[in-house]
Amino acid sequence: MNRTWIIGAGVVVATGAVALMAGCARPTEGGSASGQSIQIKGSDTMVNLGQAWAETFGAKTGIQVMVTGGGSGTGIAALLSGTCDIAESSRKMEDKEITEAQAKSFTPKEYMVALDGIAVVVNPQNPASNLTLDQLADIFTGRITNWREVGGRDAVIVLLSREVNSGTHVYFKEHVLRKGKKDSQEEFADSALLSPSSQTIADEVAQNDKAIGYFGMGYRNDRLKLVAVAKTAAGPYADPTAANVVNGTYPISRPLMFYTKGEPSGTVKEYLDFVLGPEGQRLVEEQDFVPRPMPEAPQGG
Amino acid sequence: MSLRTRLTRIWEFLIEKAILLAGLACVLFVVLIFVFLLREGLRTFSHISLGDFLLGRKWYPISSPPRFGILSMICGSGMVTLGAALLGVPLGLASAIYISEVAPPRLKEVLKTGIELLAAIPSVVIGFVGITVVVPFLRVAFDLPTGQTALAGAILLSLMAMPTTVSIAEDAISSVPRRYREAALALGATHWEYIYRVALKAAAPGIVAAVMLGIGRVIGETMAVMMVTGNAALIPHSLLQPVRTMTATIAAEMGETVKGSDHYAALFAIGIVLFAITFLINFVADSFLHRSRVTLR
Repeated sequence: MNRTWIIGAGVVVATGAVALMAGCARPTEGGSASGQSIQIKGSDTMVNLGQAWAETFGAKTGIQVMVTGGGSGTGIAALLSGTCDIAESSRKMEDKEITEAQAKSFTPKEYMVALDGIAVVVNPQNPASNLTLDQLADIFTGRITNWREVGGRDAVIVLLSREVNSGTHVYFKEHVLRKGKKDSQEEFADSALLSPSSQTIADEVAQNDKAIGYFGMGYRNDRLKLVAVAKTAAGPYADPTAANVVNGTYPISRPLMFYTKGEPSGTVKEYLDFVLGPEGQRLVEEQDFVPRPMPEAPQGG
Repeated sequence: MSLRTRLTRIWEFLIEKAILLAGLACVLFVVLIFVFLLREGLRTFSHISLGDFLLGRKWYPISSPPRFGILSMICGSGMVTLGAALLGVPLGLASAIYISEVAPPRLKEVLKTGIELLAAIPSVVIGFVGITVVVPFLRVAFDLPTGQTALAGAILLSLMAMPTTVSIAEDAISSVPRRYREAALALGATHWEYIYRVALKAAAPGIVAAVMLGIGRVIGETMAVMMVTGNAALIPHSLLQPVRTMTATIAAEMGETVKGSDHYAALFAIGIVLFAITFLINFVADSFLHRSRVTLR
């Protein structure tokens, strides 16, 4: 009696496990080969926007689009190793990565799908609200360590940064810390806290009045104060709004990219046309990003 | 009849060998993992000396030229582990004593199940509790610039090491031979005197093993730590500073690296260091556990 019970339970568990595995395995196995689903991986900044595109596209066409984050570097690495169809990236592919792609005999194609301003955020309780690029560089490299020096209270500055796999991290280092100079050796201060996600930064800044952080505009919320940034002390100080990104007065903005394996075809092409078309670009606006500037034709890379 | 016995014998032989194979497979996996770690990681030392790697203070893996110094992470892992041991060991030991010697049988069962249940909570969930409760609490309580500190990691890890420490220590105390207790009580010792003069001494090797295995659990933990310690790669001077652990570094950066790059190899080299440390700890724990079995016999 007892034994039959155990065997019975074992059979039930085993069947369940097999069913579960089969169920989980299906989407990935179907993959790009069958053309029925699209795998997308990459930038954490773009993951919410990517989901919005995927859901709308899925509802319209019935084609399943799977979007996962992890960071731009993660997405590009996945594209190179063939585990995704499109890599979402908030930075340009590096020469090293392009060489690697060519070694695997394909040329990655680049599409600018939207623009993003990198918002610098502080707690609403913090009186500091205007910063220049130089001040930001000094803060994040650790030369300025007290809020008093930039118009705040007498308090230690807590730096929040993303991990090194983040395109935002790389962009911020190259364009704010190093001001675009190739030979610059500036690095984030050792004391900077490295967060695994943009959400972690948003949460910490919301509850910590000494903290300063940065992330893609899409993550901004009411519990945070956006810092107005100017190129020089003379101003003007601009808020990270869509209009300011488009007309160039907000200094920290960047293109968001899709990378495909060579010339896209089939469902991937269909998806790309949707994203670049009016409906896709309307979703960009809804998600607090900035639609890519016209012309309509996709820009190759 | 004879055929049947022969069949049974063959069957038994097969079963025996299958079980042997299963046992060997475990050892084989450990060896394979170690070989894999070495193969991927040792390349690092062709362009950095071991000393520069272990004692280097700067970790800038994606800059050019990159810098791979993991001293801050070794200190970070050490600091969190030390903190977890300081918090967790007294608490774990006290509950082990209570469960094995003081608690009435009914309560004992409830407590044992409860503590073992703690092991079933996924580490992300513990990390989530840490980030929403422990981190803000520490910032306010100690008036810190940020609550994401080594102490936050240590608190969570002391909780996570508890099931291991308590159940092995409790086992060691309970298996002190009955005659020790009878002798002690017959000589006029009180229950408490028996516990701390006799039981704890007799069970000492087992308790050390419990602590070591708990620490082994702590040093390898990744997710919960990554969520609450801030991951700043600086050398900590107190428990109230942010730290970056070796495990968090591997977890956070492995996804981005291009396979075969220097950064990739360096992360594997961290893996080797971590493996060496946990191997050493488990080895020490095992030798103590072995000794406890010998002395009590």
